[in-house]
Amino acid sequence: MAFLEIQNLVKHFGSTHVLEDISFTLEKGQVLAIIGSSGSGKTTLLRCINFLETPNYGKMRLNGETLFDAEDQATLKEDEIRKKRLHFGLVFQSFNLFPQYTALKNVMLAKELLAKERPDYKANKKAIHQEIEEQAKGLLVRMGLEDRMMNYPQQLSGGQQQRVSIARALAMEPDILCFDEPTSALDPELTGEVLKVIRGLKNSDSTMIVVTHEMEFAKHVADKVIFMADGVIEEWGTPEEVFEHPQSPKTQAFLNKENF
Amino acid sequence: MQQFLEQLPIVVDALNDGFLQTLKLFAVTLMGALPLGLLISFCSMSKFLPLKYLTKTVIWIVRGSPLMLQLMIIFYGPGLLFDFNPWGGGENGRFIASAVAFILNYACYFSEIYRSGIEGVPKGQQEAGQVLGMTKSQIFFKVTLLQMVKRIVPPMSNEIITLVKDTSLARIISLQEVIWAGEAFMKGSRGLSGLVWPLFFTAIYYLLFNGVLTILLGKLEKKLSYFQA
Repeated sequence: MAFLEIQNLVKHFGSTHVLEDISFTLEKGQVLAIIGSSGSGKTTLLRCINFLETPNYGKMRLNGETLFDAEDQATLKEDEIRKKRLHFGLVFQSFNLFPQYTALKNVMLAKELLAKERPDYKANKKAIHQEIEEQAKGLLVRMGLEDRMMNYPQQLSGGQQQRVSIARALAMEPDILCFDEPTSALDPELTGEVLKVIRGLKNSDSTMIVVTHEMEFAKHVADKVIFMADGVIEEWGTPEEVFEHPQSPKTQAFLNKENF
Repeated sequence: MQQFLEQLPIVVDALNDGFLQTLKLFAVTLMGALPLGLLISFCSMSKFLPLKYLTKTVIWIVRGSPLMLQLMIIFYGPGLLFDFNPWGGGENGRFIASAVAFILNYACYFSEIYRSGIEGVPKGQQEAGQVLGMTKSQIFFKVTLLQMVKRIVPPMSNEIITLVKDTSLARIISLQEVIWAGEAFMKGSRGLSGLVWPLFFTAIYYLLFNGVLTILLGKLEKKLSYFQA
């Protein structure tokens, strides 16, 4: 049984069909790259996986547990969804850091709020906070931001902001970390530092889904690649299969344009 | 000049009393309208359409008609229509009626400012909170609220300064605020009569108080300038 199973996912916005019958699986520790031109549905797929959109049809299972089933109302409850979201982390294209908090506080905030639900919170308040702070600092150091912890987002470069947002997502210890075009809002000279961090995460065995326009990155870092066009998966395979021997004419056309 | 200097302490004393009532109305309105406005703004953004449109209609009526008229309707209306006076008599009754009218009126204006502030916070902020497992109320209080406050300080400052001056409208139902106190010296008050200058003199109170408010609100704006939203 695969770690993540997506079955027959369908998403409509009114009469626009954004996702048509999407199915794929992902193994633990693998990196999946989703490529395709704008409007192909890649971002919507990622948003469905993170419960930011509700699919009209389909199922989603993680580690054997059904997280989402369009036909089972019990899986659609707001309270349930909030807990299930924590299986996934999402790094946004435009970072979406909280501007009123320092880098460190950005990483700590959600974890602190969640800790308040722990039964032992009142008794061990101090120790819990200390632990959360240590973890957050450790993550920021790992992101190469040891001198930037006390800076506010506006004082950081785009690349630094994106690294803070990766640390923020990692702080929740998600089973699968998702990236929505993590370098598209960055100047070319800043994309390198963010890609390097993501590459580093691969080496630490994180399971990741990366929606990207960086073909070189997809080729060299991903274990599996999905090429999407018009809301369907046109091609799904290893980077070698997709990039070297694409079967679908749409994939071939897309890759030709990209390699131009 | 001699005469003016003799009159001045008497007039200032009366105007001080009046201005105290002005301040009281100002403070009570603010304390009532700031939270009520937030509630109204949530109603006006509700996904439950009947509530949304009912709220929008109330806002339209309140913002679309003169506050002076609203004061008179609220104060005299119940007595004229139902032969019933909910406000009680005397200055206290006039104050309660004024406070109700002002709170309702200003809450509607504030609600629209809140709405613009809340809708101005990028959707990505809410989504970032959601994917981190925060609850709706955690997202509102820990993420959205301060960004909203920062956005609404300038328009809110405008409304608050307008409110200081608008309290003078309560004169129409004879609330004994500072304009009423100044005007009283024309007909006769505290042994003086036929004086027009005390009415003009009240402007100093408004100017000084609004000066202080402008400084305080400017400080708040500066305090929130440490981040960009």
